[in-house]
Amino acid sequence: MSYTIEGSTGTWEIVVGLEVHAQVISHSKLFSGASTVFGAEPNTQVSLIDAGFPGMLPVINHECVAQAVRTGLGLKARINLESRFDRKNYFYADLPQGYQISQFAHPIVGEGSIGIELSDGSTRDIGITRLHLEQDAGKLIHDQDPKLSLVDLNRAGVSLMEIVSEPDIRTPEEAGAYLRKLRQILRYLGTCDGNMDEGSMRADVNVSVRHAGEPFRTRCEIKNVNSIRFVMQAIEIEAARQVEVWESGGTVDQETRLFDPARSETRSLRSKEDAHDYRYFPDPDLLPLVIGQNWVDQLKASLPELPDEKRARFQKDYGITAYDAGVLVAEQAIADFYESVAKGRDGKSAAAWMTGDFFAALNRTGKSIDESPVGADKLGAMLDLIADSTINGKIAKDVLETMFETGETPLEIVERKGLRQVTDTGAIEKAADDVIANNTDKLEQYRGGKDKLFGFFVGQVMKATQGKANPAMVNEILRRKIDG
Amino acid sequence: MSLDLATTRRIAKLARIGLNDQETEAVRAQLGGILGWIEILNEVDVEGIPPMIGTSMNTALAQRPDVVTDGNCQEKVLSNAPDRAGPFFTVPKVVE
Amino acid sequence: MMLTDLTIAQAVEGLRKRDFSATELTKAHTGAISQLNGRLNAYITVTADKAEAAAAEADKALVAGDAPALTGIPLGIKDLFCTEGVRTTAGSRILSNFVPPYESTVTANLLKNGAIFLGKTNLDEFAMGSANLTSAFGEVENPWHRTGDSSVLVPGGSSGGSAAAVAAHLAMGATGTDTGGSIRQPAAYCGIVGLKPTYGRCSRWGTIAFASSLDQAGPMTRTVEDAAIMLQAMAGHDPKDSTSADIAVPDYRAATTRSLKGLRVGIPAEYRPDGMSEELLAVWQKGIDMLREAGCEIVDVSLPHTKYGLATYYIIAPAECSSNLARYDGVRFGVRAEGATSLDDLYEKSRHNGFGEEVRRRILVGTYVLSAGYYDAYYLKAQKVRTLIQRDFTNAFEKVDVLLTPTAPTAAFGRDEKPEDPVQMYLNDIFTVPASMAGQPAMSVPVTLDSKGLPLGLQLIGRHFDEETLIAAGAALEKAAAFTARPDLRAGAAA
Ligand SMILES: [Mg+2]
Ligand SMILES: [Zn+2]
Repeated sequence: MSYTIEGSTGTWEIVVGLEVHAQVISHSKLFSGASTVFGAEPNTQVSLIDAGFPGMLPVINHECVAQAVRTGLGLKARINLESRFDRKNYFYADLPQGYQISQFAHPIVGEGSIGIELSDGSTRDIGITRLHLEQDAGKLIHDQDPKLSLVDLNRAGVSLMEIVSEPDIRTPEEAGAYLRKLRQILRYLGTCDGNMDEGSMRADVNVSVRHAGEPFRTRCEIKNVNSIRFVMQAIEIEAARQVEVWESGGTVDQETRLFDPARSETRSLRSKEDAHDYRYFPDPDLLPLVIGQNWVDQLKASLPELPDEKRARFQKDYGITAYDAGVLVAEQAIADFYESVAKGRDGKSAAAWMTGDFFAALNRTGKSIDESPVGADKLGAMLDLIADSTINGKIAKDVLETMFETGETPLEIVERKGLRQVTDTGAIEKAADDVIANNTDKLEQYRGGKDKLFGFFVGQVMKATQGKANPAMVNEILRRKIDG
Repeated sequence: MSLDLATTRRIAKLARIGLNDQETEAVRAQLGGILGWIEILNEVDVEGIPPMIGTSMNTALAQRPDVVTDGNCQEKVLSNAPDRAGPFFTVPKVVE
Repeated sequence: MMLTDLTIAQAVEGLRKRDFSATELTKAHTGAISQLNGRLNAYITVTADKAEAAAAEADKALVAGDAPALTGIPLGIKDLFCTEGVRTTAGSRILSNFVPPYESTVTANLLKNGAIFLGKTNLDEFAMGSANLTSAFGEVENPWHRTGDSSVLVPGGSSGGSAAAVAAHLAMGATGTDTGGSIRQPAAYCGIVGLKPTYGRCSRWGTIAFASSLDQAGPMTRTVEDAAIMLQAMAGHDPKDSTSADIAVPDYRAATTRSLKGLRVGIPAEYRPDGMSEELLAVWQKGIDMLREAGCEIVDVSLPHTKYGLATYYIIAPAECSSNLARYDGVRFGVRAEGATSLDDLYEKSRHNGFGEEVRRRILVGTYVLSAGYYDAYYLKAQKVRTLIQRDFTNAFEKVDVLLTPTAPTAAFGRDEKPEDPVQMYLNDIFTVPASMAGQPAMSVPVTLDSKGLPLGLQLIGRHFDEETLIAAGAALEKAAAFTARPDLRAGAAA
């Protein structure tokens, strides 16, 4: 879907590239043995290496390297068997060594791509420029002292993957779809939890505008945007600002900006005189990182099925729609849940129940799939009760609700509440006879041509059997009796 | 090679060295001298020569297993802090 | 003979035979320090009480018979090695209050081997200097003086405190670190042995970094055999240092008695620059003759990029130091300037007040050569030239087993003769820097006194990880030279 800005000088399109910082899932930090667990007491998960003490040296964590390679493979990217670590030098209170160890000239992962799908059903490939490993910085706390900022280094040295896209994104929606898809892939791979609230995934957004067909104009970088919604808003607002600058005869300066959602604006973070000069050079404490193709192949063989492949397989194996398959692969846990329910059962019915009443109940109770009081086995057992005509679909809705409340098995609920479907012809005949006897007026109207009243009789019989009658049998018996 | 004052100031700022005007001028002259002397390297033809990376004795980086072996030493980490507020290091207030 | 006159090898034997106790040996040294250090200023921090307590423990171990190699041997430790619970300053105001909560790998290795630490020896600030004139804790005096001339001479640098302490018998041996010659040049100036091992032989963990791709720890002793004994304890693979080599450490002491028959000794033509003194040339020739006598074959070799070594060094070392010293900012450790009004003000004030002039100068040179637009012309170019320098050595070592050169262009100079131009000062390292650039092991051995009564040393340069050949050739030189002169200022002989 195209997205343009109509200005006084013509139509503008926007050009966006994203740099995502994704925290690597690992027990210990990239270059030290300190823990990475979120939310610990200040300065407890800090080694003397992380705090930049004199004479301390970095030693790389093998698992962080593996996670970067897995992610690269998941992004269908080139894996560089030799990569290097560089120092990015700058002074800041959250950077204990006075430099960040990063990969500048020789990243571990090169070009790749991510396929995104948009609301109109169209798809696009967004290019990945590179992925590199680097250290996170510490955290500053500004609101506890009037004159001081406080420094907590727990996060300092935690491993990040910086994933840089090509400037291929043309709409805020595409930016959102890209981030959701990237997060989905990272979560499937188990390389980043994608939790933007806790800062384990953050985006720097590069935005520029141009008239169609023009070369790129100057871009601005909006730093550290921490939700997908904000990324989309920031793009809209920044693009509009740039159009205004260009059209009023000004020029956009290349600079770093900050998005302020409360005021719906972006503003300049650093003045030009302060422009950074990072003085990158190869870290002399570290040798080139060399990995073997065999090892990369082993990692590749052990990768889980990724969302795109899983979605295609679900459509094929379970005969469900592309839309339902997309919903069911959104998260690995949902996909796994679905597969345990659907296996050996009717996949379409399993998909209908999951995307319908089951998700509604989860939503209502505010629970995630992992916390669901109704496990895949119980939902499956309920589908079995429908399939073998123990209950009908309507009763099943109530059973599911009760399952959410009590945690009982569907069969327990059916037995306790006496919800078994009534298939006894005699009982249904008796109920039908009673309904007809009590509604002779309605019967006359029906026979006089008011066909719609048939439904009334069905409803009354169902009511008389507390909904438990087999609907097909009710229909058949009533037809016989009143159509006569 | 001579170095101008503006460049000297920019370098001093990048390095957070805090020179006064007199020192800046002295440093400018000395740096110019050192940089001029270094220009002897212009004589060397390095066409096709790879840069030495680290040291070439060891060729590949050794990796450690992903195990928590360090940290949990808050007092050690803070023991030399010139100023601290409870479990934190402090700096003059930063406006972000 | 006084206990302070013993070599490490003699003391190890004497302790085991119980000719004297570790306590007696240590007290002989702490006593000498209290007499002489006021003048020499070789130690910044003296840990006499700790040393004597450790000596008492050493005596117990010696009696029990489970004492490791260096048990009871009192050493000086360059104040660049972090020592747990003992102030470590790097000779800088900015670390004047720093007490590391950790022990460097090299000093931990020495402690594990039973060594006793007398204190922390003085050095040029952050090991940047060749004369020990830049320490924030005052200048070190060379215990040697010119004959009939009492003017104060520099001990060389940066490990000048260690060199002076060993030369004046205020320690049996000392640790040094060498980035561009900081072990070898002061060893030559003070008439002792200084060995810089191959880059990667000794762990850098816990040693305050100057230039990471060059820094190497090594021993400074009065004999080659003592250097071998100390290096044995200091060296070894350390998984905490990614540049530490996972290569077995051979028996260095055994190498001291190895025959030199057939050993090929290279004499590089480029180590004979214009204006080199006749006296130095004569000493070099003397060394050549001694090795030939010992059965070596003398071979002329060429190291064509030698003249670019210093310029290369003065790009790479400052570049790395500008980054390594960024952590000294007054926030987590060290001295913090008072009255800062902003974060940048805190950095600038703390670093301006905390660093001396030479350190500031090198940080600025390093910042400049790495800055945008200059990286390729300086740093990248220098790293390429460095490759050429290393190739020179590789080529030479196809023809020879070891190289012999002078260690320094002059003998120790007077404190008042210090050149004003920093570049002139840098020329002191002209013979030591190339081996550092290429990571080769190298050793300075005292050979003779010059006409003014000052020691002159010769340098041996070896193949990577072949310290044994250095030790073998060094021991032969030492034996032939019979250098027994001692400085006038030393334990028991002080005026
Ligand atoms: Mg970035
Ligand atoms: Zn980054």
